[in-house]
Amino acid sequence: MIEVENLTKRYGRHTAVDGVSFKVQKGEILGFLGPNGAGKTTTMRILSCYLPPTEGSARVAGHDVFEAPMEVKKRVGYLPETPPLYPDMDVEAYLDFVAKIKAVAPKSRKARIDDAIEKCRIGDVRHTLIGRLSKGYRQRVGLAQATLHNPEVLILDEPTAGLDPKQIIETRELIRALGGDHTIVLSTHILPEVSMTCGRVVIINKGKVVAEDTPENLTHRLKGAGALRLEVRGETGPVFDAIRVVPGVATVHPKPPAGSGVVTFEIEAEAGKDVRADLARAVVQRGFDLLGLAQVGMSLEEIFLHLTTTDAALESAAPASLETTEVTA
Amino acid sequence: MTAIRNIGAIVQKEWRHYFGSPIAYVTLFVWTLLFGIFFYFAFTLFLRQSMMMAQQMEFGGGPKLSLNEYLIRPVMHNMAVVALFLAPMLTMRLFAEEKRQGTIELLATSPVSDLQIVLGKFFAAVGLYALMILAGLVNLLVLWRYASAAPEWKPIATGALALLLFGACFIALGTFVSTLTRNQIIAGILSFCLFLGIWTLGWADDPAAGPAMKVVSYLGVTTHMEDMVKGVLDLKDVVFYLSFIAFGLLLAQLSVESQRWRA
Repeated sequence: MIEVENLTKRYGRHTAVDGVSFKVQKGEILGFLGPNGAGKTTTMRILSCYLPPTEGSARVAGHDVFEAPMEVKKRVGYLPETPPLYPDMDVEAYLDFVAKIKAVAPKSRKARIDDAIEKCRIGDVRHTLIGRLSKGYRQRVGLAQATLHNPEVLILDEPTAGLDPKQIIETRELIRALGGDHTIVLSTHILPEVSMTCGRVVIINKGKVVAEDTPENLTHRLKGAGALRLEVRGETGPVFDAIRVVPGVATVHPKPPAGSGVVTFEIEAEAGKDVRADLARAVVQRGFDLLGLAQVGMSLEEIFLHLTTTDAALESAAPASLETTEVTA
Repeated sequence: MTAIRNIGAIVQKEWRHYFGSPIAYVTLFVWTLLFGIFFYFAFTLFLRQSMMMAQQMEFGGGPKLSLNEYLIRPVMHNMAVVALFLAPMLTMRLFAEEKRQGTIELLATSPVSDLQIVLGKFFAAVGLYALMILAGLVNLLVLWRYASAAPEWKPIATGALALLLFGACFIALGTFVSTLTRNQIIAGILSFCLFLGIWTLGWADDPAAGPAMKVVSYLGVTTHMEDMVKGVLDLKDVVFYLSFIAFGLLLAQLSVESQRWRA
């Protein structure tokens, strides 16, 4: 449904998007993940025909965004980062205007508006001026705007930004519900959102795709790089010395003591090595009481940080996973 | 067909903004108020002059002063000055506001061409301006009711047309200026300065001027009003105004289009 090939966008000397490629199948929900300024918004703007690409191509529903923008625009619903709303219009008038410029047939206009209002649950503010609406309602009106002409593809730029937790949950449910009929690309930097709504994740950093997979696989792949939590009764200093020398241990971070002589460490092993048995032996042989040794599974947050913060961390922590990850460099 | 529907949708939306905010009411109020004041002053002056004429031509009942010439024409000229001030108010927000609100993204990602957007906004502003002119002309009805010899309607019609075309030139240019910034105030001030500059070109209209100055004065939008206000509808004046408008709208369209390339 969406094919992006080697997409590049430069603003003068600054390269915002650098050779990004990915595909989205029909009915799929793709999460677009990355820190601020990674190029998510630019990519989405190109997909929605707001900006032309500098290089590369993007095809939506078989139409090129550059060659046939009108065809693409008819098939895409786009919710920018700030919902494009007119504060001095009421919700119904606004949706009526959007329906007209989105080329909704006059006969079905009323039905489409009613449908969008019902789906996005904004019936109770139907005749309220948009300027008086709360942030959550505005976001929903924005979503109603994007789905109004029943587009095949929905492009949502941070649809849950600035909402309160309840609204976030509602919006996610809404997006999931829309997922069946529409192909959705959504961007976010809230990670649980991705694991909850998206079938696939593209992690983008500094304009490049650094990883692309299902949220489960990403978590699974990087599990080897997860940290260990070690709880020992004893003094920080001697215990630290004991475990530092265990072969395969990469880093040891002492945690602030919890009191009563118990110390906790976070330990990262060298990639691919299981150091748990050696660690336990080392601790017990030195005469300390081993109270706990657990694997701290890497959450998506940590994976995200690993992939997007430093290249050094990336290489030391997860070379195994990188082999199988599609890296567009 | 879809083009007309798209333009219509945008005109309707702009009118909603004009009348949903104080803009339309303030401009209509100021315009009709000033029209009334100028009309009143011109009227009293006209009465005094007719009185003097009558005294000079004692018993003779000399030539009657023409209402069109001595009353309606000066009012039309004054209103052209008012249009110079009010046109920026109508155009400054057209694109600047869309950019500031981010709603330009909605327009740009809808299956509507840039030209349709520009035309929709232009016609919306011209529509409101035409309404202002009509509201002002209501003042003249008093002449038909009370004057012994009713004024001719043709010079009034061409005068109103001149006022409309003249204002439409500024609106077209103002639409363009509004695409340049996201700040309404800047758009308003820039438009006003630009209009004023073009207005002063007309001052170069001097029979003794050289060919270069003739060209300059030809570009002044006021010079083409003269004949029309007198009741002479010359094709070349209409063509001048229409090409001026087309030029302004073309600039606006190019500007909207190029900003996407640069953005």
